[in-house]
Amino acid sequence: MVALSDRAMEHLSIVVVGHVDHGKSTLLGRLYADTGSLPDGRIEKVQAICQQQGKEFEFAFLFDTFLEEQEQGITIDTARTFFSWDSREYVIIDAPGHKEFLKNMVSGAARAEAALLVIDAQEGVQEQSRKHAHLLAMLGVRQVAVVVNKMDLVAYRQEIFASIEDEYRAFLTKLGVTPERFIPVSAKLGDNVVSRSARTPWYTGPSVLEALGLFQKEIPQEDQPLRFPVQDVYKFDSRRILAGRIAAGRIRVGDRLVFAPSNKTARVKTIEGFNVDSPLLEGAARQSIGVTLDEQIFVERGEVACQEEFAPQVSTTLRCNVFWLGARPLEIGCRYLVRLATREVACEVVAIHHVIDVSELDVQETRTLLLKNEVGELTIRTKAPVAVDRSSDFEATGRFVLVDQCDVSGGGIVTEVLLDEHASLREEARRRDLSWVAGDVGPEARAAHYGHRAALVLLTGAAPNAQSALARRLEDHLVADGRHTYLLAPENLWRGLDADLLSADDRELVRRFGEVTRLLIDTGMIVVSPTSAFRRFDPDAVRTLLHPATVFMVHMGEPEANPDADVVLEASDDPNAAATNLIEELKRRGLLAYTLGEKRFEYASYTI
Amino acid sequence: MSVLTPTAARSGVAGHLRQLEDQSVYILREAYRHFDNLCMLWSMGKDSTVLLWLARKAFFGHVPFPLVHVDTSYKIPEMIAYRDRVAREWGLNLLIAQNKDALANGMNHTLGRVVCCTALKTNGLKDFVAERGYTAVILGIRADEEGTRAKERYFSPRDHHGEWDFRDQPPELWGQFKTSFPEGTHIRVHPLLDWREIDVWEYIRAENIPIIDLYFNRGDGTRYRSLGCAPCTFAIRSTAKSLDDIIEELRQTTVAERSGRAQDEGRGMEVLRKDGYM
Ligand SMILES: Nc1nc2c(ncn2[C@@H]2O[C@H](COP(=O)(O)OP(=O)(O)OP(=O)(O)O)[C@@H](O)[C@H]2O)c(=O)[nH]1
Repeated sequence: MVALSDRAMEHLSIVVVGHVDHGKSTLLGRLYADTGSLPDGRIEKVQAICQQQGKEFEFAFLFDTFLEEQEQGITIDTARTFFSWDSREYVIIDAPGHKEFLKNMVSGAARAEAALLVIDAQEGVQEQSRKHAHLLAMLGVRQVAVVVNKMDLVAYRQEIFASIEDEYRAFLTKLGVTPERFIPVSAKLGDNVVSRSARTPWYTGPSVLEALGLFQKEIPQEDQPLRFPVQDVYKFDSRRILAGRIAAGRIRVGDRLVFAPSNKTARVKTIEGFNVDSPLLEGAARQSIGVTLDEQIFVERGEVACQEEFAPQVSTTLRCNVFWLGARPLEIGCRYLVRLATREVACEVVAIHHVIDVSELDVQETRTLLLKNEVGELTIRTKAPVAVDRSSDFEATGRFVLVDQCDVSGGGIVTEVLLDEHASLREEARRRDLSWVAGDVGPEARAAHYGHRAALVLLTGAAPNAQSALARRLEDHLVADGRHTYLLAPENLWRGLDADLLSADDRELVRRFGEVTRLLIDTGMIVVSPTSAFRRFDPDAVRTLLHPATVFMVHMGEPEANPDADVVLEASDDPNAAATNLIEELKRRGLLAYTLGEKRFEYASYTI
Repeated sequence: MSVLTPTAARSGVAGHLRQLEDQSVYILREAYRHFDNLCMLWSMGKDSTVLLWLARKAFFGHVPFPLVHVDTSYKIPEMIAYRDRVAREWGLNLLIAQNKDALANGMNHTLGRVVCCTALKTNGLKDFVAERGYTAVILGIRADEEGTRAKERYFSPRDHHGEWDFRDQPPELWGQFKTSFPEGTHIRVHPLLDWREIDVWEYIRAENIPIIDLYFNRGDGTRYRSLGCAPCTFAIRSTAKSLDDIIEELRQTTVAERSGRAQDEGRGMEVLRKDGYM
C-alpha cells in the first residue's frame, strides 16, 4: 500500500447546534480565525461586507455565505467547513438555530459524530436548546460538550454559568445524554475558544479547541453480527453481483448468508472489486462492497443478509419514536412510505401514543396528529413484513425515514418490534425454509427452463361460479400460452388432506392451503386458485407462508372490498376477455418473465 | 503504452480515503437505482475524473449512464484531446452539450463573466437536461470549494426552471435521500460533497488515476490548480511536477483553490448557483 499511511490522520465530524442567535456561527468563525485556518483574503472579504452594511466585524459571516443569511443575521442552512488541528482533520457543521430550519439542523446533525451545544449565558436554556439536544439523542449523536457563550454579557460570573450547567445537565440526563463538559466562552471576544482566558480564572477545564481534541472517534460496528442490506443486483457482465454497504459486522468469502425476510440462503463465492490486484477476501462495516453467491438465488434490494443465528426480526408492526419535519402534519390512518436501510414499503400510522413536550420532556395526551417539529411515540404498520432491529441494538437497521408524497418528512427510531397476527406463521415458514431439503435444480433453473417464474394467482370477490369461470379460463389461456399452470380449488383439499379437521377451523384450513400452494410453487408452477369456498379467507396468512414468492390478487367486484388487490375486475366481465387482459397485466408486471430485479446495461456506441 | 491503464493495481485504499470512497459509491448506487434516466457531468478536471473513476468502482468497471461534457468551446485544447482519448479507452458513452445559439450570437466572457457562464454552462446544461428528459444529473462538486457548495445536499432538487431553492432544501439523514420529485424537475446528485481538494489528489495517487497534465508544472514554473475555460482560468506559480509535489504544496498553502477562477469574485457564485450552475 502506498500513500495514506504516511499521514494517518484521524477524521472527525462535529456539529454545532443550539438556539437561534446563541452564537454558533460566531464561535466557528472565531475558532477558524484564531487558529489561522482561514484561506487568505477571507477575513478581508467579510470585513468589506460588514463595512458596506455599516456593521462591526461579524465572525458569523465567514460561514453564513448567503446574502439572505447575512442580511438577516441568521444561519438558514448547514454549512460543512473543514479544519485541521493537532493531527486531526475535522469537518465542522454549522447548523441553524431558528426553529423554521429544524430540518436543516437535522440534516447537519445526522452526519456528525459529536456535537457542541451552544447556550447564550444571558438568555439561558431556550426551546431550541432542548429540542436540539433531544434530536441529537434520537439521531444517535452521543458525544456532547456544552458551550455557554456570551459570558462577556454577564461579566463572566461563575454563578450564572453554574446555574445554566445545573439546569441543562439535569435535562440532558433525562434524555440519556451525558455531557462531557461545560465551557464558559465569549465567542465574540475569543475567551476560552482557542486558549484559556484570564477572565474566567474559576474555570479550569479545556478550551473549545481542546475539547474538540477530547472527542473520541466512533469505531465502526465491525464486531457486531452481520447486517448487509442489499442495495442492488447487477448483471453488467457474466457476474451477478449483489451490491450494498455493510451496516454492521463482516462478510468473508465462504460465509453462509441468510437473507431476511425471504429466508433464502447461499454462500459468498467472491467479493468483487475494481482496480485490485489480489482477490478481496473480506468486507467490514461501512464498506460499500459487491458479492457473488455460489447459488443463483433470487434476492432483491431491501433484503438484509445476516448470519442465521443472529437474524434481525421480521414484522409488520413497529413501535417507534418519530420526529416530524413535514409541513403537512402526520396523521393517524394516513399512508406513508417507510425507508428503512434499503427497504421501501408503504405503511400506515396505527396509533400516536403520545407527543413528547420537549420543554418538560413530559408526555402529552394521545393525539391524532403530529405537527411539524414535534416528536411522538407511534405504532406503524407496514404493508409487507420488513427485516428490522431495535435501534438500540443496530443503528442502521433500527431507524427509518417516512416519505410523505415526494418528500422525506420525518425520521424514526425503532424502540420495539411487535408481534403481529402472522408472527407464528412467519416463524413456521422460516424454520421450514431454512431446513428445506432441495434437489440440485433450483428455482432459477426452473424459471429459466419454463420461461417464467412461479406465482400464486388468487381470485377474490364475486359469486363462486364467476370466480370459478375466470379461474378455468385463466388456466386454459396460460397453458395455451406455454405456461406451466394448475388450477387448485381449495375444496379439493377438504375431503383428503383436511379430512381430520372440523370445518370450523378456518385458520387451519387456510394454513394447509398455504403449505400446499407453497409446494406447488416450489415446482415452478403458476397456481390459480378461487377462494370463495373459504368461509373466512386471510390472504395475508397465505402470503406469509409463501413469502417471498409472488402472490397476485385479482378482485372481482367493488374495489373497496379488497383494497390490497393487485387488479380489480367487474364481477360481470366476460371471463374470456378478462383472462386475456389479466395475462397482459401479468406480462406488463414482468411476472411472466424469468429474470426479475437485475439491472442490466448495454453500452451505447461511442458518439463523437 | 497507454497512460490510461493503471500500471500498479492494488487491494484498494484504506482509512479516510476508503471512507470517502464507500460513501461516494453508496450515493452513486442509490442514484443509479432510483433514476432510470440519469447522466453524469464530466469536465475532464480532477474532480469529475475522480467521480468517473468512482463510478467504475461502484459498477465494477462499467459506467452505466452517459457522460455529458458541457462544452463552452473555450476549453483549453489539451482538455479535448484528453477527453476523447479517455472516452475511447474506457468505452464511455460520451455526449457533448453545447449552447449553439448563444455561441452563434457571439457569446464570450468579455460580455461579462456571469453572463457568459450562465449562457454557456448553466443554460447549456439546463437545455440539454430538459431536451433529453434526464431526471438526475451527477456532478462532482465539493463542499470545500466555496461557500454555497458548503451548503449543498447529496441529492439536491432543481425546480422546473432548473433553479436551486437553497432556502428550502430537503432533509437528508441516515443515507436516505430525496429520490422522488414532481414531473418536470430534476435532482442533482453530488457524490463528492465530502471530499476536500487534498483528498482528491491523495486518491488519484493511491488509485493511480490518469489525470490531465495541465495540473502539473511542465517546466514553465506554473500549473493549473482548477480547470475551467481558457479565458477565465489562470495558472498558479508552482514547481509541482508530480502528484507527491502537488500534495505537499497543498499541505502548505493558505490560498483558496478557486482563487484562479474569476467567477468567484463578489457574489458571482451565489448568483450563478441559484440559477442552476453546477
Ligand atoms: N456579546 C457577545 N455577542 C455574541 C457572542 N457570540 C455571538 N454574539 C452575537 O450574537 C449574534 C448571533 O450570533 P450568531 O453566531 O449569528 O448566532 P447563531 O447561533 O449562529 O445563529 P443561528 O445560526 O441563526 O441560529 C451576533 O450578532 C453575534 O455578534 C459573544 O460571545 N458575546
